[in-house]
Amino acid sequence: MLSLAAVSAGYGSFQALFDVSLEVSQGEAVGVIGPNGAGKTTLMRVISGLVPLRGGAMTLDGRSVGGLPAHRVIELGIAHVPEHRRLFPRLTVEDNLRIGAFIPQARARFAEQLDRVYELFPRLKDRRHQFAGTLSGGEQQMCAIGRALMSRPKLLLMDEPSAGLAPLVVEQVFDLVRRIRGEGLTVLIVEQNVQQVLDVVDRAYLLEVGSIKLAGTSSDLKGHEIIRKAYLGL
Amino acid sequence: MDIYLLEAIINGILLGGVLALLALGLNLIFGVIDVVWIAYADLVMCGMYMVYWLYVGFGWPLLLACAVAIAGVAVLGVLVHVLIIAPILGSAPINQLLATGGLLFFLQSFATLLFGTDFRNLGIRLPIIELGEIYISTARLLAFAIALVGAIALYFFLKRTFIGTAIRAIAQDRDIVGLMGVDQRRIYLVTSAIGGALAGLASCLLSLQYDVHPFIGNTFGPLLFMICVLGGLGDMIGGFVAAFIISQIISIVGYYTNTELAYVLAFAFFIALMFVRPRGIFVR
Repeated sequence: MLSLAAVSAGYGSFQALFDVSLEVSQGEAVGVIGPNGAGKTTLMRVISGLVPLRGGAMTLDGRSVGGLPAHRVIELGIAHVPEHRRLFPRLTVEDNLRIGAFIPQARARFAEQLDRVYELFPRLKDRRHQFAGTLSGGEQQMCAIGRALMSRPKLLLMDEPSAGLAPLVVEQVFDLVRRIRGEGLTVLIVEQNVQQVLDVVDRAYLLEVGSIKLAGTSSDLKGHEIIRKAYLGL
Repeated sequence: MDIYLLEAIINGILLGGVLALLALGLNLIFGVIDVVWIAYADLVMCGMYMVYWLYVGFGWPLLLACAVAIAGVAVLGVLVHVLIIAPILGSAPINQLLATGGLLFFLQSFATLLFGTDFRNLGIRLPIIELGEIYISTARLLAFAIALVGAIALYFFLKRTFIGTAIRAIAQDRDIVGLMGVDQRRIYLVTSAIGGALAGLASCLLSLQYDVHPFIGNTFGPLLFMICVLGGLGDMIGGFVAAFIISQIISIVGYYTNTELAYVLAFAFFIALMFVRPRGIFVR
């Protein structure tokens, strides 16, 4: 479905990604793990069009999507749940979801999709008239995921969904990810929480200083020496 | 209560309507695009000339002249954005202030060149309503009512439509809206057009009450900026309320003393409040 071939990107004179190649197939959940500053967030921002491609190629279902601006990429079915959620704090939960359905093909089915998101996250329905800024961390993550789902994406990008949340809430967030997978959505998830993300995804890539160092199925990676020592503390 | 005081209060409310409408437009543009259109009151002047020339010069029906003026100032708003703001959007805010400040002088001088400094009016005399001993100008009442309808229409547009929601969202986090499919440049154009249309509507309403001349913007422009800062720049509800506070001060003080002192006191009140609430009366 999504394919990156030798992608490089950066900001100004700083290069954040070097020749990153990555594949995500239909129905899969794929993780990208790695330490702080490895380029994980940049990778997500490149895929969703917030950061321009400097080299390499990116295709979605065989169609080139490299170099498209973010507001075009989402129309092709890639929705991005950004790092730190980035909800609109002084908009109600429902307005946050409404803006998630901004693209024309989603607007037409707004009411129907809103029902689906409320069904998936009943808490959001209870709080739909509240400002998003007043939600708890876990609820905010639900709202951010819900906002992305409102565009009816084929592929969901999640950038550090567990960041800044209490351990108990982190558990809930990974349950959310499982529920979304249950909906048949393809997911690409970036995480520092290696143990838990490997329990959720089918395959994962290890990104270090802007390059892919390792790739494999979750169970392979869990058993791999580098991962065990550096990331799982075993 | 003193019947003339009551009349002054009513006049204050009626005066506040058009100012509130203009404050909404200015705050909308500031909140969304993060620029202050110093020449906003002069766009109103352009609109008033459009109404004047279409109605008096070409003999069009008044409603048609007004509709075209509203559309015309909306286009003017888009031009201001495309020609002046967009090229310097990334530069220091002072540059944008200076650029729209330059536009103010350009528009005033250009209007003087084209039309001279004559005071012109539509020649429409709407009747005065008598309520007991209180006299109310129909033109003012009409202007107030239409301004209110305009404000309510804007409220529902911002609250109920996808574009309106995007406009409110972009004012809170402009870097992330692209992820929801919102093209920032398009929202800026729509916002500039709405800001222009509100100035256009105000120019129709003011045409019924005042003569148009190249410097008419100076008579309410400073007042308008004071209102917006008092309400908190970008705070649409704050600006809306502040418009009525200021117009009440002007109207009531003007009744007890004279208009000049009323303006002095209104600005003194503004300066005093800026010490107490520097970021606007309703800052959260």
